[in-house]
Amino acid sequence: MTGSVTILGARSDIAMACAHAFAAAGYDLVLAARGAGTLEAAARDLELRHRISVTLRDFDATAVEGHAGFVAGADLPDVVICAVGALAPQEEVQDDVAASVALMRANFEGPAAVLGAYATAMAARGSGVIVGISSVAGDRGRATNYTYGAAKAGFTAFLSGLRNRLAGQGVHVVTVKPGFVATRMTENMDLPEKLTAAPAEVGQAVLKAVEKGQDVIYVRAVWRMIMGIIRLIPERVFKKLKI
Amino acid sequence: MRANLSGWGRFPRLAGDLHRPRDAAAIRALIGQGPVIARGNGRSYGDAAAQPKGTIDMRGMAHMLSFDAETGVLEAETGVMLGDVIAAFLPRGWFPPVTPGTKFVTLGGMIAADVHGKNHRRDGSIGRHVDWVDVMGPDGTVRRASARDNSDLFARTVGGMGLTGVILRAALRLMPVPSGWIRQETVAASNLTEAMDIFETATTRYSVAWFDCLGRGEALGRSLVMLGDHAEPQDLRDVRRAAPYDVPVRRARRVPLDAPGFVLNRHTLRAFNRLYYAAGMKKRGHSVVDWDSYFYPLDAIRDWNRIYGRRGFAQYQVVLPLAASHAGLTALLGAISDAGQGSFLAVLKRLGAQDSPLSFPMEGYTLALDFPVSEAALRLLDQLDAITLAHGGRHYLAKDSRLSPETFHRADPRAAVFARARAEEGCGGAFASAQSERLKI
Repeated sequence: MTGSVTILGARSDIAMACAHAFAAAGYDLVLAARGAGTLEAAARDLELRHRISVTLRDFDATAVEGHAGFVAGADLPDVVICAVGALAPQEEVQDDVAASVALMRANFEGPAAVLGAYATAMAARGSGVIVGISSVAGDRGRATNYTYGAAKAGFTAFLSGLRNRLAGQGVHVVTVKPGFVATRMTENMDLPEKLTAAPAEVGQAVLKAVEKGQDVIYVRAVWRMIMGIIRLIPERVFKKLKI
Repeated sequence: MRANLSGWGRFPRLAGDLHRPRDAAAIRALIGQGPVIARGNGRSYGDAAAQPKGTIDMRGMAHMLSFDAETGVLEAETGVMLGDVIAAFLPRGWFPPVTPGTKFVTLGGMIAADVHGKNHRRDGSIGRHVDWVDVMGPDGTVRRASARDNSDLFARTVGGMGLTGVILRAALRLMPVPSGWIRQETVAASNLTEAMDIFETATTRYSVAWFDCLGRGEALGRSLVMLGDHAEPQDLRDVRRAAPYDVPVRRARRVPLDAPGFVLNRHTLRAFNRLYYAAGMKKRGHSVVDWDSYFYPLDAIRDWNRIYGRRGFAQYQVVLPLAASHAGLTALLGAISDAGQGSFLAVLKRLGAQDSPLSFPMEGYTLALDFPVSEAALRLLDQLDAITLAHGGRHYLAKDSRLSPETFHRADPRAAVFARARAEEGCGGAFASAQSERLKI
């Protein structure tokens, strides 16, 4: 056995791609998601293909009061990957407080709270890797998805701070900004082919980042450049753009 | 979602509604609303896996379900890729008993096209190695079909191009192999007669010939015949013998953009054919090659279809009955040579006998060719159709993009019987591809 990975929010395409990448590299897996029982077929498939063991655990990222118990309730893994997240059209959430709060909880509060619990446990052990799947949407707020983007920006800042805190304690933190990925979540969007990664690319990139100790990764290198430029645009120009 | 539905040849250009279900219930919801067709990884060349009104992308259904290490039977959802099957089970000593020329195909696509490999004469097509299939019919119910139960449905589904329903799951018997390597012998044949003699006397599991399409007269059918068998550990160099299933990983290269039309012309084709032949002549004799390079040489170049440029290309594959093969191949190669429309890839294989409702193979020889699409090329293909018909041959639906219904039905009288049976089961309105509509199947 190479090690163990716990994947939170395991149902998503990106999470599953991470599961396949780590399983192929010999890691045993814990897949955590709401209604984990329905991931039975996926777990069996991973075990068959890669000859590793897969355990399923029920986990609700938005139920923050249960997080400490969840972390304590099983062996601490070598790697934890948080792929929890939700996407909703801006116009559906901007005037709906409940939906807006739920979106921020799913993309920021929940993920940050659970990774905070893992961070303390891993720091006490003196080893571990924490991976947060954030988003390029957090690099600058845009009219089309700023609630989601703000939550991801919060998550990115949280991961950055966590990395800073844990740097001397044997725990490494990876921030992943996938850019466009062809998943169920983006199925009905018209995404430019050259900028859109397949989920498997994300899985491979995350595995590489964990094994090489990278800090912040964009899955397709072009995104680092795009977001660099977008961040440089002066606000008085940016506010008039439709991007 | 609206998506490009063109096949691997990128001709004809097709677009339409593409659905990506993740479970059987989602597929059931798509059936009965109008014609649909299942699509795997889109490696059929023409319009066989495209239905603009509703195409079902099966790659969201890709779980392996079970594997029996005693018998080698793999049960899986049909969106599973062949390459993933090899990655998972070759290290355990198992390999697909039949494989097409790319590993980027789904199990469902392989079964629907009843694919053959370089070992058809000995091992048959993929259908011979399928224990059962689960098929969702026009009313949304799923039936398990095998040689014993629902045997008519089983026979029509294997090679049925998805026209009997959606194949959800299948059981495939893998084959034990002694290593991940192939012992290959390359033999040069100076003309068609020599090439066919080599095929007829070959005792290896695999055999395939590559033609230099530009050979004329005496040299018509000049080719390299490649014979192969799974290598035993003692055939391998010492360093490999300890881990006979490990092969070096090939780096995939990509064709970054469409080649402009002028790249492929008579002169570049001639140069390519000459170089390939010369390279092959140098490699004549025995060698040991890894499974990936042997079975899937083109998989190393991702998007290789783009070398044919924007207009795409047409694959042309026919099989001729054994007795008419020599005369028919001579006429086909002669017509190609006369037209000056050389093909990058001209591949000849020997097929064994097979009795199926719609599958392609019959006892004889099959020739496969690639042509960049142009008016002249399409005219040539019509000419090749006439030669194929005159020699009692028929066409491979997984490759076809341009046959006329008249030619198709004349070449393959089984199709009318198949179409009738399908209509009786209520499949006619429920399952149809752009190809089945074009060919009136």
